[in-house]
Amino acid sequence: MEMPTPDATVLSQKAQLVAELSGVLAADAIISDLAETRAYECDALTAYRCPPMLAVLPETTQQVAEVLKICHARNVPVVPRGAGTSLAGGALPTADCVILGVARMNDVLETDYDNRIIRVQTGRTNLSVTGAVEDDGFFYAPDPSSQLACAIAGNIAMNSGGAHCLKYGVTTNNLLGVTMVLMDGSIVEIGGAHLDAGGLDMLGVICGSEGQLGVVTEATLRILHKPEGARPVLIGFDSNEVAGACVSDIIKSGILPVAIEFMDRPCIRACEAFAKAGYPDCEALLIVEVEGSPAEIDAQLTKIIKIAERHSPVALREAKDADQAGRIWLGRKSAFGAMGQINDYMCLDGTIPVSTLPEVLRRIGELSREFGLDVANVFHAGDGNMHPLILFDANQDGQLEACEALGAEILKLCVEVGGCLTGEHGVGVEKRDLMLHQYTAEDLEAQLRVKDVFDPKWLLNPAKVFPLSVTAARRSI
Amino acid sequence: MITPTDETELAAVIDQAEGPLSISGGATRGIDVVGTKVSTRKLSGVTLYEPGALTMVARAGTPLEEVQSILAQEGQQLAFEPADYRGLMGTQGVSTIGGAFASNSSGPRRVQAGAARDFLLGVRFVDGRGAVLKNGGRVMKNVTGYDLVKLMAGAYGTLGVLSEVSFKVLPKPECSGTLVWEGLDPVQSLRVFTASMNSPFDVTGAARLPEQEGLPSKTLIRLEGFESSVQYRMRQLESKLDVFAQPHALIDADALWQAVRDVEPFKRHVGAIWRSSIKPSDMPSFVERIPGEHLVDWAGGLVWSLLDPSVDLRDLRGEIGGHSTLVRAAHGGQAFARFEPQPSPLAILAQGLRAEFDPRGILNPGLMG
Repeated sequence: MEMPTPDATVLSQKAQLVAELSGVLAADAIISDLAETRAYECDALTAYRCPPMLAVLPETTQQVAEVLKICHARNVPVVPRGAGTSLAGGALPTADCVILGVARMNDVLETDYDNRIIRVQTGRTNLSVTGAVEDDGFFYAPDPSSQLACAIAGNIAMNSGGAHCLKYGVTTNNLLGVTMVLMDGSIVEIGGAHLDAGGLDMLGVICGSEGQLGVVTEATLRILHKPEGARPVLIGFDSNEVAGACVSDIIKSGILPVAIEFMDRPCIRACEAFAKAGYPDCEALLIVEVEGSPAEIDAQLTKIIKIAERHSPVALREAKDADQAGRIWLGRKSAFGAMGQINDYMCLDGTIPVSTLPEVLRRIGELSREFGLDVANVFHAGDGNMHPLILFDANQDGQLEACEALGAEILKLCVEVGGCLTGEHGVGVEKRDLMLHQYTAEDLEAQLRVKDVFDPKWLLNPAKVFPLSVTAARRSI
Repeated sequence: MITPTDETELAAVIDQAEGPLSISGGATRGIDVVGTKVSTRKLSGVTLYEPGALTMVARAGTPLEEVQSILAQEGQQLAFEPADYRGLMGTQGVSTIGGAFASNSSGPRRVQAGAARDFLLGVRFVDGRGAVLKNGGRVMKNVTGYDLVKLMAGAYGTLGVLSEVSFKVLPKPECSGTLVWEGLDPVQSLRVFTASMNSPFDVTGAARLPEQEGLPSKTLIRLEGFESSVQYRMRQLESKLDVFAQPHALIDADALWQAVRDVEPFKRHVGAIWRSSIKPSDMPSFVERIPGEHLVDWAGGLVWSLLDPSVDLRDLRGEIGGHSTLVRAAHGGQAFARFEPQPSPLAILAQGLRAEFDPRGILNPGLMG
């Protein structure tokens, strides 16, 4: 992975920088010792590592502003970090950067059920946002698989999704306001408890900007009342094509499930071996979940089962209670863990139009054979967000490179059929160099101009999202 | 009026413009900026529709009615319920899909399904430099690069002129039920809204029509889905709200919701029309403080006000946050800024974005600030 050459001038200022930061942060909030900065050398894309020059852990918005002001004055690049769970290398440091971690900012600032909002510091984990309101019957809808660990700051940076966004949307659809610090240290308040922030949709462009426009320190999030209940049905098919057609028919029928998850045979087998969820041994498996009262759930599942039966399923299992529902979800939720047990893997995140699902799965199979690496598929089928897992052995020479090459081909395929490179993980460093497959140079230039406005010196997370060649001139100013 | 028939022509018009351009779709919103009039209405036609993927792609000038009728044939709809402003604004013309997104026009279902911007998946547009650009795509989840799609939604053409939009559509529910409470005061209406929204019953509309012509106010709650489910949830909500007199339970009360969406009660009245996005719980004090008539939507979060045109609503809001838009000034004149001025760091960012996307300042100049 190519990263910009560390700036010698910046590196030479380390001592002065530490001294200046000591004026605004507690001593234990500045991490400058090499042994300790190593804790920040990578995120969940562990193939790439580089310890930062420094890491800082501010506790307030004001401290974040002071830190950024100091770094801005000294032209020090800053890489914001939530919980470090990015699968795309969004929080990967450069050797001359300051990692700005929001982990110590995890308070709930306000819960307001009358307006159905919660205001939190963004270091708070996704799951603990729901945790703060669930006893009162509410939840925060976006539910990325990493929700136990991932921070709201990173969710906003990557516009995270999850299994249930078919009904509830992704982060951008559930974010009502932010307090954000710009690279020059100025603090901007956008939106709040009202549903539409005024003026240009700044929240929309900040969400998913991968920490390149500002550091979001506080967020107002929409919370929803929990449904009366939810139950899934598990349906097995003897081909991916048939499962794909069934997904399309369910969506066309007028039922809007909260989740439609898809697993193919390699994934089913790995999950079964790992979690023993009792999955049938078949080519493709769908988990379709609906919500409502017991009677409403029955009615919807009956309709879904009727549709599925037209496609001659080889297995069909309706969860009758919470325990059975838990077992159906168990395998799916442990999919990544299961894969990790048998192999190194790379998890892709391209999205495709649902109608192209059978074709894309077939072509992924062909590519997999061509590259000699197995690919397991587990993904959110309702919205076309694929998660092909490429299995490889990092200890075998050349396999990582082959895996990356296969990954690039699969993502190009997603773009070719009308989809995109990443549905919810973000571009980070991982997919940076593929951006010109999806956008023209001019399309990218329009995006770079947005960063010019928010961060004219290009100091915030500068080596991400766009090909380095495209941003070189701006980064060297 | 210039009416380009394809994207290339539109790009040429903008590239060669020598002065300000007044951009519109169907020109139904009564927005009149000084400049050469350019309309996208001849950039028309649905170019792709995949009911099984819940997505449609259409050129910006495609009439909203055409989009809606094609969707209806497959039992689908635009869930964000874009408004028809013609009655309220006294305009002619044909509402377009591009106009609906450029103005982020979102009706009563905003509280459950989201705003227009939440359904917009991809855009093609021509920026103020005359460059044809695209962002997003036609899939529901997409975090590839910055989200300029949202930025274009609600930018009223000031950052670029939409030439094509792709968007998510949803199944039209089999049944729509409405509970109607008559004669509640705003405090009571808010209690109905809050209790309904804070229930597991998936409310898709919570609005209040004001008293008019001797008829009492109407507080409305909408529930949609399969018929048995709608009936069940209506009963559940009625009993949850039994402190109030029993509401009327109506099936398919589309006219009532259209009246809310299009602000019909104010359409034949003289006066200024304001649209305020506020914290829902502030609604009762807002309507008490602002002298005029008020129609409430979004469970209290959106208030349409009919006011004396010499009054600046923003001066009266006091500590109530949010923002107010002057949608219709009396006699066509714009006494106050249409959009609420923003505080400094935010205004500077907005100004910076405008300068990047429209360096000559020719796209609906001055409209948003």
